Amino acid sequence: MPSLAINVESLTKIFVAGAAPAVDGIAFAVPPGRICGLLGGNGAGKTTTISMLLGILVPTSGRIELLGHDMRRHRFRALPQINFSSPYVDLPGRLTVRENLTVFGRLYGVRDLASRIAELARELELGPLLDRKTGSLSSGQKTRAALAKALVNRPALLLLDEPTASLDPDTADQVRGLLENYARREGAAILLASHNMGEVERLCAEVLMMKTGRIVDRGTPAELIARYGRDDMEQVFLDIARREEA
Amino acid sequence: MTDSLQRISAMLLRHYYLFRGSWTRIFDLMYWPVLQMVIWGFITVFLNQHSNWFAQAAGVLIGAVLLWDVLVRAQFGFTLSLLEEMWSRNLANLFVAPLRPYEFGLSLMAMGIIRSAIGVVPAALLAIPLFHYSIFEMGLPLIAFWSMLIMLGWSIGLGIAALLFRFGLAAESYAWASIFLIQPVSGVWYPVEVLPGWLQPVAWALPTTHVFEGMRAVLINGTFRWDLFASAFALNILYLALGFGAFLFAFARARQRGQLLQSSE
Repeated sequence: MPSLAINVESLTKIFVAGAAPAVDGIAFAVPPGRICGLLGGNGAGKTTTISMLLGILVPTSGRIELLGHDMRRHRFRALPQINFSSPYVDLPGRLTVRENLTVFGRLYGVRDLASRIAELARELELGPLLDRKTGSLSSGQKTRAALAKALVNRPALLLLDEPTASLDPDTADQVRGLLENYARREGAAILLASHNMGEVERLCAEVLMMKTGRIVDRGTPAELIARYGRDDMEQVFLDIARREEA
Repeated sequence: MTDSLQRISAMLLRHYYLFRGSWTRIFDLMYWPVLQMVIWGFITVFLNQHSNWFAQAAGVLIGAVLLWDVLVRAQFGFTLSLLEEMWSRNLANLFVAPLRPYEFGLSLMAMGIIRSAIGVVPAALLAIPLFHYSIFEMGLPLIAFWSMLIMLGWSIGLGIAALLFRFGLAAESYAWASIFLIQPVSGVWYPVEVLPGWLQPVAWALPTTHVFEGMRAVLINGTFRWDLFASAFALNILYLALGFGAFLFAFARARQRGQLLQSSE
């Protein structure tokens, strides 16, 4: 296993020449087994960063190495061991949850797929939903189905954008527990973009604070809370978001 | 290679599930080809009664409508399979999986064949009892014409896919309208010599013109024109290369612009 699941150097994305970079020379690394939070307000560059990591957006400059593979040259060596979930992306609504998991399982070359789907159904309490059309599910149920798709290939690296958005507190708590256990059990790295600061405090061993395309601070949640002299991550987030506007 | 085939088959399975869960989609595929065949079948019956030429060239119009629908359904089948992913906001899920762009393109091509067959074969079968016309009697030339039209359907589908990658669902109307732009100059219903002189080179630059002229040669003169087949094939290779080039270029540009994550309007 490579020593770093994610290794990003000088990563920059400029969408329009002359305009401010959407992501501006960021660098960070995440070792296997660690959950890292990517925080920032709207437009901070989180989704752009995740898109570049996934290879669906080409960086303007910089280097991305995932699971030891250079994403510019060997993207398809890394992708079978990566997965993601995002509220910007849906599973086909006219397919049942089981059908969607079967299709994606086959795309990722998952062996013994039926057992894997049964396992995910148990872990994410999807059993009664497996044969329902994905489009007919509530938003919380869809989020769980999307997480099942994100875990179907037992990824060594998981990129999650708002993984517990639209889940009720009980289910969100279960999902957080599942992610914690998954990272520990499989030694998987998770990069998590979230606006739920309680979630970040609970899950993340390290937090990257983004603003206007840059990483403006980083550390463990406890370190950041102490550094800003605050009680929780929510207050730290507000401090950073409002710092330069004041 | 095995992995590649598995990913392509996974994409085909995705569309099989879609059809299995939605019979209206299958009915929709068959509806227009059957309707067109019936209309042109009755026109043929009428013309046979009033024109010696048509009486001698039985089936030219029904053959033309069925072959034209092979092309239309192949292109729609290709494009619709891409649109299904865009409508369901699933493109990013696919392209963060180990699915290569060319594998995705090949799966769309396969769907072009499948959707074309589902649409046109029932209409062709129905023409036998309704109008005593079997396009299958053409024999091997039918396979030649069919394959040339499928190839052109793919090329146009690839070009439209490039537009969809570039402009998102704002370009959706091109998916339905583009194919009909070439119909007037493809010699579907009439020989190419009917066209004004300046327009004939345009017509001969299209594989469709060679196919429909070839079809008339088989149905009227009973001869298979190898020269027309060869030129249709050469043109198809050219257009397929251009189509694949445009598809891969637009995909690469979409990755630069971040359009795969947000492929709506």
